Amino acid sequence: MSDRREVLIIGSGPAGLTAAIYTARANLSPLVIEGEPSSTTDQPGGQLMLTTEVENFPGWPEGIMGPELMGRCREQAARFGAEFLTAKVTRVDFSSSPKKVWVGETLYEADAVIVSTGAQSLMLGLEAESRLIGHGLSTCATCDGFFFRGQDIGVVGGGDSALEEALFLTKFASSVTIIHRRDSLRASKVMQDRARANEKIRFMWNTQVTDLVGDTKLESVKLKSLETGEETTAQFTGLFVAIGHRPNTDLFKGVLDMEDNGYLKTVPGRSLTNVEGVFACGDVQDHTYRQAITAAGSGCMAAIDCERWLEAQHG
Amino acid sequence: MADGIVTLTSSTFDETIGGSTTAVVVDFWADWCGPCKQIAPILSEIAVENAGRLTVAKLNVDEHGDIAQRYGVMSIPTLLVFQDGEMKKRLVGAKPKGALMQELGEFLTSSQ
Repeated sequence: MSDRREVLIIGSGPAGLTAAIYTARANLSPLVIEGEPSSTTDQPGGQLMLTTEVENFPGWPEGIMGPELMGRCREQAARFGAEFLTAKVTRVDFSSSPKKVWVGETLYEADAVIVSTGAQSLMLGLEAESRLIGHGLSTCATCDGFFFRGQDIGVVGGGDSALEEALFLTKFASSVTIIHRRDSLRASKVMQDRARANEKIRFMWNTQVTDLVGDTKLESVKLKSLETGEETTAQFTGLFVAIGHRPNTDLFKGVLDMEDNGYLKTVPGRSLTNVEGVFACGDVQDHTYRQAITAAGSGCMAAIDCERWLEAQHG
Repeated sequence: MADGIVTLTSSTFDETIGGSTTAVVVDFWADWCGPCKQIAPILSEIAVENAGRLTVAKLNVDEHGDIAQRYGVMSIPTLLVFQDGEMKKRLVGAKPKGALMQELGEFLTSSQ
């Protein structure tokens, strides 16, 4: 049994849902294969599902919670006839028409595919990580911050997401130390100002996490200075990791052209990939801006590119 | 419990876990946890589909933090599986239905 339609969208963050709104309004009845529940950013709704207040999305002067924004986008797409499948694509074959996409044994076929699988958080790559995740080590401040009331904890990273997590965690923790391997932050000015003004936040510059100590829960964190090589131990009972992202492109290896860093290649200024009828939008093809609004914008571009391509095929 | 899920509190927790004839899976959750909301409908489905073979319960960590603390819950969602009053398994983080059922399969009471 297979499902055949005009447009299939893989991924359901701001890019995928915007593409769904546009293609649905163009009567293309898109099917959105939205992903599966997980506690990482690789989940339906994408990276915004693990954030709190989104303050820079136009139209929400008071700010809006990330999960609420994504819930509203999904509702908007559904209103115009987009269908959703809560599952993860396991295999694709774009070599012939129709394009083929599998979820386990089930085959879905489409004339055009829009890829918006986004990016997910990088981990530190330490052996102790799998043992201590959920036991003091976390990638989700909004999920786990509550459990660190009155404790001294660390946040690894120097970008906006690291500072956002640190600021959120000050609601619970007695102190939050930002551990960053450089001597300056790449976070936006407004976030930097807020973090520096918060008396619970401290900074540890030019420092790398080398190990996590604790059998059943995190007891301390081993650190190394990248300037002097000096090794120290910090008594952090919680550690939150926000060191960046990698694109979710494993599915497309050998199928779609990628940059050396794994991001999908698109025609400059367009959403076209190297395969005709396959379009890419959002963070899966953007390692420069990576904002909700740029992802949404590129989702719109992919939908319009896709619609015009389909028209040309039928013409 | 229209959704097939038993709501536990600090005062009913021990009694429910100890008195159950089936295994009990307890979902430690809170209102502010996005991944918790994603697995809630899945847990309802599991509760309905396995009625009589498995009890699905939930505990709000905001309101009943003492129970969360007793079991060292430091991340939600966390699912703890109890059988004969003892904790047998700990699952941390949201997972899709198939993966959850794979973990819970061994605890289903076989139907008579």
